[in-house]
Amino acid sequence: MIIQNQHVLNMASKGQRIDNRGQDEYREIDIERNPVEKAEGSAKVTLGKTIVIAGIKMGIGKPFSDRPDEGVLMVNAEFSPIASPNFEIGPPGDDAVELARVVDRGIRESHAIDLRKLCIEKDEKVWMVNVDIHIINHSGNLIDASAMASIAALWEVRLPELKGNEINYDKKTSKRLPMTAKPVPVTFVKMEGNLFMDPGLEEEEVMEARLTVTTRDNGNIVSLQKGGAKPFTQDEIENAFALAEKKTKELRKLLN
Amino acid sequence: MKRKDKRKPGDLRSVEIKAGVIEQADGSAMVKMGRTIAVAAVYGPREMHPRRMRKSERAFLKTTYRMAPFSTTDRCRPGRSRRSQEISMVTREALEPAIFLEEFPKTGIYLFIEIIQADAGTRTAGINAASVALADAGIPMRDLVASVAAGKIGKDYFLDLEYKEEEETAADVPVAYMPRTKEITLLQMDGDLSVKDMKGVLQTAIKGCEIMYEKQKQALRERWGPNAADVKKELKTKTAKPPSGTLRGTPSGAQASTKTEKKR
Repeated sequence: MIIQNQHVLNMASKGQRIDNRGQDEYREIDIERNPVEKAEGSAKVTLGKTIVIAGIKMGIGKPFSDRPDEGVLMVNAEFSPIASPNFEIGPPGDDAVELARVVDRGIRESHAIDLRKLCIEKDEKVWMVNVDIHIINHSGNLIDASAMASIAALWEVRLPELKGNEINYDKKTSKRLPMTAKPVPVTFVKMEGNLFMDPGLEEEEVMEARLTVTTRDNGNIVSLQKGGAKPFTQDEIENAFALAEKKTKELRKLLN
Repeated sequence: MKRKDKRKPGDLRSVEIKAGVIEQADGSAMVKMGRTIAVAAVYGPREMHPRRMRKSERAFLKTTYRMAPFSTTDRCRPGRSRRSQEISMVTREALEPAIFLEEFPKTGIYLFIEIIQADAGTRTAGINAASVALADAGIPMRDLVASVAAGKIGKDYFLDLEYKEEEETAADVPVAYMPRTKEITLLQMDGDLSVKDMKGVLQTAIKGCEIMYEKQKQALRERWGPNAADVKKELKTKTAKPPSGTLRGTPSGAQASTKTEKKR
């Protein structure tokens, strides 16, 4: 393990990666739409060997008192022990909470869902959008895979039939969610002072710092999250913005 | 675009920092940024619990960020929330780069941050307080970590948003920065900014961190400099033992931090 870590770092210091990718090269990514029929919308993202499924279940509930006329978005991530020897059963750990909150912020801040249109009766009844992210195999860069899966799943949603207060989940209507944007993230890690896009698991284990840049359709940044125990310089961050602007454009095409 | 409290866009709120506010702790500090009040305490380095979090080659900075239930307009439920869990994590990551953790293998440095009043910028106030508290505890550090958020309202980049401004800003960008090494240790953002504006807001926040840094150093001087009340008393009585609650635990580290103070 230590030998491999050292090897990854040695290569990183020369700008090389153990899977021979370029510094700004993404792994192959595939999006399968609606693999789960029972969900109102779902998507499975395969990013290299990382596999993530996001499923959307709709519900009816009371709005938050400070936003009485808006639907409710909830993002939750489950790091199931199936996906990695390092995942354990129990309440979500720091990584799972961070992942869910980063995905949530990307969707929320880009106003990807027009939550106002999910109001059924002000103060009383609104649609609740539950985004649940399940990690099936953890082979690095869960944030990007999860965010892509979530946004793809949201665009696939068909609302179930609503009769009074009851939802008839067996009958899907042709109605979709009021979607307005496709926020797309790109995650970088810093190793030996160099930036690498879309880190693999071996790279995440030795990375010094991590930065996720989420942009919306016009290239504007809607969310940033720095992670890891080492710092970034201002130049490195600005470099990441430029790389992200380019890459998110490509990735967004996969969502069309 | 004028600010409600008549500050200039590049002004911080009124800042008050006091080191050594909790007698029982090895190091502590209180930070007020406008109406936001954060208190931080450091215990350790001491034995790390639970054992599985022990690191063989360095100390672990166990960080807990909490908000008092009465700190907000609507009572916030005590206990762990997803928000506080995430802020605890990013706060730890913001401070770790500054600490010589490798000096204390297998130990835990326990950092507790309590938000007494929340009026935006609680994570930045918490980091500022924590950084001063760590130095106050005599834990050897590469630099102090200063933290300020910035945003954009209208066409201007605004520093250190207060709660009411947070509703209007196009984005909220909390940043933590080590001015000596010019490195960024915390960067989060939510909002909607072009890349150009994002760079401008980041630059604004860094400038704010540099101002905050001076105030943090001033607070440590007041606590540990030659004119500090405690230090004067100590010189007068010339006791062999340091007064309780000040140098306990890490005498060598405490000396190191006062030394670096003099250098500045």
